[in-house]
Order: sequence, then C-alpha cells, then structure tokens
Amino acid sequence: MRRLLFLLPIVAVVAIGAGLWLGLGRDPSALPSVLIDQPVPAMDLPPVAGLATPGLATGDLGGEPMLVNVFASWCAPCRVEHPVLTRLAEVEGVPLLGINYKDEPAAAVAWLHELGNPYERIGADPEGRTGIDLGMYGVPETFVVDADGRIRYRHAGPVLPADVERVFLPLLAELRG
Amino acid sequence: MRRWLLVALVVLPFAAAAAPSPSEMLDDPALEQRARAISAELRCVVCQNESIDASNAPLAADMRRLVRERLAAGDDDHAVMAYMTARYGDFVLLRPPVRSNTWLLWFGPAVVGALAASALVVALVRRRAAPAASVPLTAEEQRLVDDLLRERR
Repeated sequence: MRRLLFLLPIVAVVAIGAGLWLGLGRDPSALPSVLIDQPVPAMDLPPVAGLATPGLATGDLGGEPMLVNVFASWCAPCRVEHPVLTRLAEVEGVPLLGINYKDEPAAAVAWLHELGNPYERIGADPEGRTGIDLGMYGVPETFVVDADGRIRYRHAGPVLPADVERVFLPLLAELRG
Repeated sequence: MRRWLLVALVVLPFAAAAAPSPSEMLDDPALEQRARAISAELRCVVCQNESIDASNAPLAADMRRLVRERLAAGDDDHAVMAYMTARYGDFVLLRPPVRSNTWLLWFGPAVVGALAASALVVALVRRRAAPAASVPLTAEEQRLVDDLLRERR
C-alpha cells in the first residue's frame, strides 16, 4: 500500500503530461460557433447597389442544403477562395448565397466583375450588423445551411480545395441524403 | 512641476489612444458608464486578450456601438451580456461563468492547494508525533543491546 503511494507522483506527472500533450495538437484560434444547429439569424439585406443579383433575406434560406459565404472586395483570402466556391456552385450545383461585408458597393461590383459572380443572391451588410448576428470574427466565413435553414457548419477563413474534399462535400452529401 | 508636465506629455497620448472614441459615447453619463463597465467585461474576439473597451479593432468598435445601442434601447446589463453570448458564446466573456465545464478552471487551483496543505499538515504532525511514539525497550531487548555493545568493546 505504502509503495503504491510512491507511484502517485509518477502517475500524476504522466496524466498532466498527456493532457498538455493533447492540448498541443489543438488549434487555439479555432473557436466553436454557438450557432451550430441553430436557425440562421433573421436578416433582410438589400442587394448591393449597382448589381443585378437580388438581396438576401431569411426566407431565401433553406429548402435545400446551401452555402452562405461572407466576403468583401477588400479581403485578400476571399480572392483565394473565390475559384473554390465558384467550382462548388457550378460543378457541384450547391446554391451559393453571399453576404457582402462592410464593403463599398462600387468596389464589390468591380471585384465580382473581375472574378465572376457565382452567387445566386448577395445581401449588402455595410455596417457589419448581420456579421455580428452570425458571430463572425472576420471575412471570409462560410456557413453550410441545411434544408431547414439551420447552420450545420461554420468555416472561418478561406475555403481551400482540401476543405472542400474533407468537410464540405461529405457534409453536403449527407445533408442531401 | 516640469517633471509632471513631462510625465503628462508621455502618458496622455496613450490615454487618448484608448478606445472608445468620443463620437461613440452616449450623451447620458450614467448609461455611458454602464456601457464602459460592460465593454470591459467583453472580449474583443479578434484580439482575444483585450476587452472591446480597450481594443481599437474595427469589430470591437462595432461591438461597442452595439452595446450602447442595446443600453439605449432599455436593455439591462444582463440582457446586453446575453445578447453577446447568444452570438459569440461564453468565449466573449473575459470572466468565464462558473459552470460544470469550468469547475476545474475555477476550483482546480484551490483543490490542489488544499491537497498540498493537508499533505504538509499530515507530514508535520507525523514528524512531531514520532519521538513520543517510541516505546521503551523490554528487558529482553535491553539485554541483547547490552550484549552487542559489550562485544564491540
């Protein structure tokens, strides 16, 4: 019994070490969204001035699985993910809805003109209010919304091809049943 | 006097740089004070270890404006906090709430301290008790000891 007591510090050190070691693998900047499995917050965003694409309101969300992407013309990573999102929309046929975050309408129009416009709808959020309702940290962020209009996944940062393969396509396939 | 002026010259620019900017402030001083107090408790989610009251990040400015809007709309402090946690989760609170998943955080150090203190007490008590616990030798034992000592001589 006494001898077992001497093992206690070793057991404690191993346990603490294992805990810390596991903690090393975690990404401290990855923050869980509280909105997972919640309906998309109510929004009623006007279209971007000078753009033929209609605006975005709560009623437009749901019906089938879709992507809601928050972007801005001033955001460099948005440029990186643009072809990836375009591919998802055009090749995979996923409806892509946009929220133009804190942007100049003219700059947004020019940006979409240059890179192409894969969005079915784009709501303008010049004050970033809808961004806060979505619990956003920064652009770009992309939400997977299911047929019931619930947020199923939040992706912070640019959507890269690896994310599409690893997360988006499997999740969309599951949601489409 | 001159020294204090120098100190003021060094310190004041930093004080002025601290958020929020005067244009954000509410006209009602009592309400503004509540807004400052709430802002100091809310994390700037992009700078993470700063409160939105201290941060100059654009998102922090938006959140400060929102806090003031909610207060002006008649929300109490608790409702404003709830509004923010509904969007950003408990992470937005600089002081984590006491909940089953934060018990380790709140009480862990106290538990470790208590364990260490009790171990120390036990060790000290035992050490003090040890001499008193020594039992006098029996006649037989004393004889053996005497024999041994005699042999060595």
